[in-house]
Amino acid sequence: MDLVLDFERPIAELRHQIDALRDVHAGGHEVDIQASITHLEGELAELQTRIFSRLTPWQRTQLARHTGRPFTLDYIEGLCTEWTELHGDRGGFDDHAIVCGLARFRGQSVVVIGNQKGRKTRENLVRNFGMARPEGYRKALRVMKLANDFGLPILTFVDTPGAYPGVEAEANGQAEAIARNIMEMARLNVPVVTVIAGEGGSGGALAIAVANRVLMLENGVYSVISPEGCAAILWRDRAEAPRAAEALGITARDCLKLGVIDELIEEPIGGAHRHRAATIQRVGDAIASHLNALKDLSPEQIRADREQRFRKLGRFMEGA
Amino acid sequence: MADGRRWFENTKTFTARARPMDSAVAPDLWTLCDKCGTPIFNETLAQNSQVCPSCGHHFPVSGAVRLRMLCDEGSLVFHDADLVSVDALSFVDSKPYGRRVAASRSQVGTNDAFVSASGVIEGIPVEVGSFEFRFMGGSMGSVVGEMITRVFERARARSVPAVVVSASGGARMQEGVLSLMQMAKTCAAVARLKDDAHMPYISVLSHPTTGGVAASFSMLGDVIVAEPGALIGFAGPRVIKETIGQDLPVGFQTSEYLLEHGMIDRVVKRTELRALLAQLLGQLTNAAPRGAGA
Ligand SMILES: [Zn+2]
Repeated sequence: MDLVLDFERPIAELRHQIDALRDVHAGGHEVDIQASITHLEGELAELQTRIFSRLTPWQRTQLARHTGRPFTLDYIEGLCTEWTELHGDRGGFDDHAIVCGLARFRGQSVVVIGNQKGRKTRENLVRNFGMARPEGYRKALRVMKLANDFGLPILTFVDTPGAYPGVEAEANGQAEAIARNIMEMARLNVPVVTVIAGEGGSGGALAIAVANRVLMLENGVYSVISPEGCAAILWRDRAEAPRAAEALGITARDCLKLGVIDELIEEPIGGAHRHRAATIQRVGDAIASHLNALKDLSPEQIRADREQRFRKLGRFMEGA
Repeated sequence: MADGRRWFENTKTFTARARPMDSAVAPDLWTLCDKCGTPIFNETLAQNSQVCPSCGHHFPVSGAVRLRMLCDEGSLVFHDADLVSVDALSFVDSKPYGRRVAASRSQVGTNDAFVSASGVIEGIPVEVGSFEFRFMGGSMGSVVGEMITRVFERARARSVPAVVVSASGGARMQEGVLSLMQMAKTCAAVARLKDDAHMPYISVLSHPTTGGVAASFSMLGDVIVAEPGALIGFAGPRVIKETIGQDLPVGFQTSEYLLEHGMIDRVVKRTELRALLAQLLGQLTNAAPRGAGA
């Protein structure tokens, strides 16, 4: 959480200076220290706005991966009551890289599904750095079908570098599990609202993101391939990742322009990782308004609405 | 996943290379098998569905040739060949995306990496499609996603089965997240074919089927068959090897490996593919066997 990114350093230094002055002031020395503090606080606000208003796609990628950002369980804790986690794929495995469960969101009973990362090493091992195995996607699908059976809206939180690339994951059908989820989500008769909260890593993200409404935090990223992976292939050098991040169009603004997301949720100045509670509330308000807009649709209309949303996506010319 | 260029470069090793075997024989009459080195008459290779008669190696085939192999003579009516990609991201790597597409168009002769048609397989009307792997490694961007979606939509509208042959490195990087969205678009169309028309979809996997193509419609066939020895999987072998830091098991991610792990229904030689499809389609739609009379 205290990890300071390179481009945040000037902000951190200024904040440090202000804190130092405050300590002096509390000691009851010079009178005009308060004036200096006020002045520096103004500068700090300005500096933050300046830095955060022109972040590069690579800087946003770093923010999207910051462990200080709210994770799925933080959103659940901040936005829901009666969280009841449900476990297992009913096929022999419970993948902790994805959490699923029942909860109440502003009074409404919902199913919540999300990728879960860890903050500490041990937690990350349990969560496999948020990279789900096929069994995780199958658990998610089982719980989505449960929501469908009982007419409950589904909220999903996407925050994964991607599906886990391992030998067993392949043997157990990683490709099939993702494909199946995508198709079955398209078929659901209940409203689905997805939030791209951090990293939206390719097919592993889409497997829980075929929603009626896809919302995205300002510093989230959503991409067909990681910038590092793209750089390794196209420039044969992972160090070219910042260039790849630029080329791939992975930011929330890019996704909004392309119609891939329906709403960009602005983060408080300074980023979600420094303002977790405020970010979580903004996300909650956005989810509530989209859920509300979908509440009068019939089950068949809900499915058609989602299908049409994705049917339109893509850019091409016809008649060439 | 969306390994357009690397896949494309790799194809060179799979492509039939014509070499002079004998100074008295015209070089374009022969092809050396990439796997066993046997010289094969091109005519023999064509008659044998582009499969090496001595070792069974399956050579890559172009999309149009593939559809002709599978469908009754004269039955094909091609669709959507006029769809052309747009450079929505102004994507530039070693060259601009637009120039990369233009180069593939003139080299391959198609507008993008997919060919689709209405056709007939041994008397059964179908909607069919096949990847054009030579076109940017068969990568799926907006055009490919749209063409595949329309295969399923036409099949649904006509109430006929769909058959799609995959050969693709995955989603096309140069169209970014729009390529990712094609996975959802195509899968939703598969669902509608099943739900509304109750018509089957047979997915044929050929070498290679990976990334976003493996992780969408190609793994959703009501029946899934694969050609022998094809590479099929979500993550590329190199990525997995780097992640786990160990060598991969022998035969990992081949058709045979997937069969063993319950992920596909059958491995079928290309020379027997058409007959198998006809049989499956007849069974799934309960159509009268050919020659059984009305
Ligand atoms: Zn051979």
